[in-house]
Amino acid sequence: MWLDLGLIVGKIAVVFIGIIAGAFVLTWAERKQSALMSDRIGANRAAILGIKLMGIVNSVADALKMIFKEDFLPPKGLRFLHAAAPVFAMFPVFMTFAVLPFGPTITVGGKVIPLQILQLDVGMLYLLAFGSIAVYGVLLAGWASNNKYTLIGGMRATAQMISYELILGLSLIGPILVYGSLDPGVMATAQNGYLWGWIPKWGIIVQPIAFLLFLPAAMAETKRCPFDLPEGESEIIGFATEYSGMRWGMFFLGEFAEIVVLAAVLATVFLGSYQVPFLFDAGEKLGMAGFHFPWGAYLPIAEWAVVALRILSFGVKVLILMWLQMQIRWTYPRFRYDQLMRVSWREMMPIALANIAVTALIVMLVA
Amino acid sequence: MIEVKPVRRVELSLWQKTYYPELWKGFVVTCRHFFVNLGRHIGRSLGMKTKPGRVTIMYPEERRPISPRWRGRHRLMLRPDGAPRCVACMMCETACPDNCIYITPGESPDGRIEKYPVAFEIDLLRCCFCGLCAEACPEDAIRMDTGYLELAGYARAEFYLDREFLMHDSAPTTHSQYAGELEGRAALRVDLLKLARGH
Ligand code: SF4
Ligand code: SF4
Repeated sequence: MWLDLGLIVGKIAVVFIGIIAGAFVLTWAERKQSALMSDRIGANRAAILGIKLMGIVNSVADALKMIFKEDFLPPKGLRFLHAAAPVFAMFPVFMTFAVLPFGPTITVGGKVIPLQILQLDVGMLYLLAFGSIAVYGVLLAGWASNNKYTLIGGMRATAQMISYELILGLSLIGPILVYGSLDPGVMATAQNGYLWGWIPKWGIIVQPIAFLLFLPAAMAETKRCPFDLPEGESEIIGFATEYSGMRWGMFFLGEFAEIVVLAAVLATVFLGSYQVPFLFDAGEKLGMAGFHFPWGAYLPIAEWAVVALRILSFGVKVLILMWLQMQIRWTYPRFRYDQLMRVSWREMMPIALANIAVTALIVMLVA
Repeated sequence: MIEVKPVRRVELSLWQKTYYPELWKGFVVTCRHFFVNLGRHIGRSLGMKTKPGRVTIMYPEERRPISPRWRGRHRLMLRPDGAPRCVACMMCETACPDNCIYITPGESPDGRIEKYPVAFEIDLLRCCFCGLCAEACPEDAIRMDTGYLELAGYARAEFYLDREFLMHDSAPTTHSQYAGELEGRAALRVDLLKLARGH
């Protein structure tokens, strides 16, 4: 019993540190990547004893600055809710990761350990449910600031997030139908299947439309460009206007953590989770772990190496998707609010519904 | 008669309206910049002679050459004997649209010259750097070629330039020298063009 508890705490620690580290790297990557894209250099002035680490020290300087900044509460703001809002924004993000597998199930000394904090039959529902809670953070922040404009900003953000949540949910139904399960762990295993023996059954291949719907909807959920109307700080006042210092930093961190988690969700559902194409473990191929290529070649690999490769593959996929989100954020201009709503309700939703219908039909015919 | 030019709004084709193809095009552009610049930065840090992956000028350390006709802080020219070249004709004060030149004329000790400025003050806080004073001067006594970019101070009084200050550096400063006087305009143009293309 203690061993189980220890294992779970260990897994939580790994995931938690992973997300925090990812968010920290993102604060740096955001600047450097955008700089590279627009032929600039990016933040590079902060230095500790002359060491700049390509601008990473700037992130440290940022964190220090935020900690020492005045923690401002508007005179008639609601103290408790004002303090609670950033927690509401950040907490669900970390919770979401609990159901995502970051590696295969491993067996150590006869003990079966799934590399997934919480094995939940309704994992996908859990994921969407916690995604919805993030709305509270935004709305509470707008409300507790006792400022008309932040309240309007909060409402605007809420409307946006709710609209895109719908797309998020609808676009996930396609993959759920295909894999026949709500459990991300099962989805991950299913993605080691192959169409006609050689095309990996990754989400992006069997459900390309769902992917193209899910990605923008997810980016709208994280409130980042081109969907960053909730925080158009300088032009249209957003929900976080009355936040400063570390409280604002928590929104910020939550947002970056959301990018990491989102990359993980995308990788899990659409990019084959931790699977490497044609790599099987001993359990799947009668004790012959390694690469089984469709043309019959077989490259044996030790069982532990299979596990390592798979965890590595998950990490690499998450990194690539994080990069992709940054790239998108710095490429596209912001939507106008009516466009934002139109895209969601009038364009993406019918496509999502059609996708579900067609997928259901195909799944039924194939089965 | 008023000519009417009808402007036809460009309707998006269905292909463009599906949005993704156009998004993809933009994405390709930014990705190209990203990877090309990344490659150049890596190449440079490995000591290869690749093009720089940036157009940024690291300002306080690096400066881009400024054009010879660029108007910076004023200066008063000197005669060979060190006296101001200005004859206090008040042309510049008259021409100044902001009324920010204040000259007190006086009788020149030099017999060949009628007047000289006893006091010559410019209030830079009001100056709009139009260059009309330099344009108006018949003696070429006031110029704006010091090349000073950084006009900043802690007190308003620091922007109230008196005659001694305006005369103290009678040669243009180094970077305007670098920019214009040595190479001439043609060379400078080439320089600026190269800079713009990121060489
Ligand atoms: S530059 Fe223009 S505004 Fe400034 S002092 Fe000369 S004439 Fe006046
Ligand atoms: S126009 Fe030239 S000569 Fe006349 S007062 Fe001004 S600086 Fe002196």
